[in-house]
Amino acid sequence: MTIELNFTINEKKITLKTEPNRRLLDILRQELNLTGTKEGCAIGECGACTVVMNGKAVNSCLVLAPQINGAEILTVEGLEKDQRLHFLQENFLKHGAVQCGFCTPGMLMSAYALLSKNPNPTEAEVKEAIAGNLCRCTGYKQIIDAILETEGDIK
Amino acid sequence: MKKTFNLVGKPVIRQDGYSKVTGKARFADDINYPDQLFGVMVRLPIAHARIKKIDFSEIENHPSVITICTAGDISGSNISGIIKQDQPVFCDQKIVTPGDVVAMLVGEDEELLRQLAGKVKYEIEPLPALTDPRKALDSDAVLIHPESKSNLIVHYPLRKGDIERGFSQSDHIVEQTYTTQLIEHGYIEPETVIAIPLAADRSVKIIGSIQNPFTARRIVAQALDLPLTRVRVEQAELGGSFGGKDDTMDILSARAAVAALKTGRPVKIRYRREESVLESYKRHPYILHYKVGFSREGKIKAMKIDILADGGAYASMSPFVTWRSVAQATGPYEVENVCTDVRAVYTNNPYTGAMRGFGSPQPIFAQESIMDEIANQLGKTPDEIRWINCLHSGSITATGQKLEKHDVNLIKVLDTAVQKTNFSRQWQACKDKNKSILPFIQKTHASQADKSLLLESEDLVAPDLLLRKGIGLALSYRGCSLGAEGIDAAAAYLSVQPDGSLYLVSGLAENGQGMRTTFSIIAAETLGLSVEDIHYLELDTGIVPDSGPTVASRSTLMGGGAVKIAAEIVRDRLQKFLCDFWKLNKQDVLCFEKNKVFSESDPQKTLRFSEVCQLAYRKGVCLAAIGWYPGPKVDWDESVGQGAAYFTYVYGCQVAEVTVNLGTGEVYVDRVVAVHDPGKVINLLGAQGQVYGGVTQGAGYGLWEEISSADGFIRELNFDQIFIPTSKDVGEIVPVFVEGDDQHGPWGAKSLGEPTLELTAAAIANAVRNAVGVRFFNLPLNLEEIVLKRKLKPGGLKRGSAV
Repeated sequence: MTIELNFTINEKKITLKTEPNRRLLDILRQELNLTGTKEGCAIGECGACTVVMNGKAVNSCLVLAPQINGAEILTVEGLEKDQRLHFLQENFLKHGAVQCGFCTPGMLMSAYALLSKNPNPTEAEVKEAIAGNLCRCTGYKQIIDAILETEGDIK
Repeated sequence: MKKTFNLVGKPVIRQDGYSKVTGKARFADDINYPDQLFGVMVRLPIAHARIKKIDFSEIENHPSVITICTAGDISGSNISGIIKQDQPVFCDQKIVTPGDVVAMLVGEDEELLRQLAGKVKYEIEPLPALTDPRKALDSDAVLIHPESKSNLIVHYPLRKGDIERGFSQSDHIVEQTYTTQLIEHGYIEPETVIAIPLAADRSVKIIGSIQNPFTARRIVAQALDLPLTRVRVEQAELGGSFGGKDDTMDILSARAAVAALKTGRPVKIRYRREESVLESYKRHPYILHYKVGFSREGKIKAMKIDILADGGAYASMSPFVTWRSVAQATGPYEVENVCTDVRAVYTNNPYTGAMRGFGSPQPIFAQESIMDEIANQLGKTPDEIRWINCLHSGSITATGQKLEKHDVNLIKVLDTAVQKTNFSRQWQACKDKNKSILPFIQKTHASQADKSLLLESEDLVAPDLLLRKGIGLALSYRGCSLGAEGIDAAAAYLSVQPDGSLYLVSGLAENGQGMRTTFSIIAAETLGLSVEDIHYLELDTGIVPDSGPTVASRSTLMGGGAVKIAAEIVRDRLQKFLCDFWKLNKQDVLCFEKNKVFSESDPQKTLRFSEVCQLAYRKGVCLAAIGWYPGPKVDWDESVGQGAAYFTYVYGCQVAEVTVNLGTGEVYVDRVVAVHDPGKVINLLGAQGQVYGGVTQGAGYGLWEEISSADGFIRELNFDQIFIPTSKDVGEIVPVFVEGDDQHGPWGAKSLGEPTLELTAAAIANAVRNAVGVRFFNLPLNLEEIVLKRKLKPGGLKRGSAV
């Protein structure tokens, strides 16, 4: 059985047919070749697969295909525009917030969702927003600094 | 000697950063081939058994199963192992731990193969599971690898001075046993590898999340019985390793390669988290028994140390991990009489190998705890007792090595840490406060080791009265690079193009630590370029010499040394060419700075670096070079554990400030001041990142992380139960670098990655002791350890709370 889905990814309208038991993560990685979004645990614990869906940071491993019908989704591939990095990406680089980089896409998307709603978060709010994104390399400090510096209107 | 640097020591943005913040970086599972197949493992649900028969009849004719790979498909050696050959690529005789694999199903539909894997039938003869390392050497213990005749993987004795005389000269003796737990590396990217058959030259290419591509190549070549040149290993972007993507990845590479050659199609293996945790090796749990004799003034006279490491089902890196332990077990102290025995044994538990720290976090926890106990007993402060005993320039280590020819900055890092934290005053203040402990708490705690901290009082207690502050420190020295463990040399290939841009690659691997950027800084500094002029190539075993493994915090020291040599070779050629071109004396010094080359004596003679390269290229000057950095000689007498174990050392001191909640057992790390002498800092941004990351991992080790098992089966298979630190778990971390001079490494740059991790758990444990007046002997210091002084574990493999 397949279902037809209409949704927007990175400002691009998509229509595709897929099985209803597919996860958003599989659709991104396997059907749309958006491999920036990573799979780390498949149970919603590590946050490597985080994308922004309808303004909220979600674990795409826990979102089933039918749930994305009509949704607006932003993935890490959608941050850079006209070959210019988003401020958030620039600050990640400047602060050394990236080591192995596997958690980075998910981390960026959680940060993006936070800043979209709350342009001037406190350190505690930043920590809370990325508490669902595990990073084993950086100890989070430089990530938090990068997010705190990206204040104001992020769009 | 260069006095000022253009790039070295400054914060430099990492070269691979752009690809990683845009999602363009290609990790192994982001790479796909159109006709690729998947490999799915078949395991048997038992920890120890003899295999009698594996029956694939129910699935072998299934249309989705293209082939099934077993030991019978291995044309070369089915038994692999980096040091000791004891681990089968596919098990065909015995199962020795639940992660073992007997076969691999190969086909197009990965999901379906996973279901079919459960339908494989088998006949086995169950054997008793040996899970307690303390029983491994009993005469009636079942043998894990009968061909080894014993469950002893390795025993390292160290004998220095006269231990009995040392104890007889001591005024006091303290004797304590500490234990540390099994933990998982917790890299966020699970293992993935793809093997691609290259029919045209009858070879195989491997792309994977591989920490040590040259080791993987050796294991694959050995399994396939191919020359090394016909196995080409390319490293994909690596999503974290911390020592963990070595043996497991080598074997996965071999399995994928076997299947690729058998089917003639690319074969991908990708592990789910549960499978990754189940099969991959972990950090050794240690049981550490220390007996220390000391004078009433606090001078240590003798140390008798017995360490038992659980190696699990395979030897893996146990012989090297425990070797570092034996060399460093006394800690950074001058001890005249030492008698150390370190043993690693086989059990049916998950096997243990390399993990960041590599045999140092365990003894440091024990030895630094004991140093504080000695201080407490003598009424001294922790820094005082370390002052009395710590190594300095000219000191003789436990292995009989004289520390010389580099800045022995141990006292300096200690002093810096103590001053930055106002340590003695804070420590005394917390201790005094602890004396005036509230009566209802005193009733249950005192400082008696057998009492739990659980409040038995029925009095109501205001929550903030349960919060206790403490401060603790830990000190270490660490031998750099491999030491007498193995062959130690590294290579770098640098090729300048006619327009002045250049390619760089070394035989060491970027595992996320920022090595590419560090090496680019070294090359750029030497040639007067900017980091952007350097294009760092992907590591491929076909293009650069084998440089040994990327381990032991040796990259900057060894690989960086090789990069500097390669850059200097090219610079010297350009200098010679320009001296001729400008008709200068050969003694004239040319400066390479800011993308220009100019003569010091005649500033009129200036050319852009790109112009120089263009000219030199046209005149037939070779602009490519291989730098080779061989490690200086080390020596070791294994029978007594004496010798110059490492050619140089780094030093570190961390101070942890904690708040302990006596009601819940929670320990919150308020602040860690981490003072390290890494030699010379090359990239400040990267160095700080190492400290933040290492300290956070160390806090996880000290407070939360533990992999437990029941009959060899791991209980915690995913991040819902493996508690690695989140953004909310650790307070402020303050990195401080005290740079020391050294003749080795680029401008004296040495090691940092592991030192940052090895101290934290010990510093936290001492801070907890300071806060609550009770010594804890068993890591991790989780809630139940603090409140009950024991660990709660579910019975069997059940999830949930204690039974």
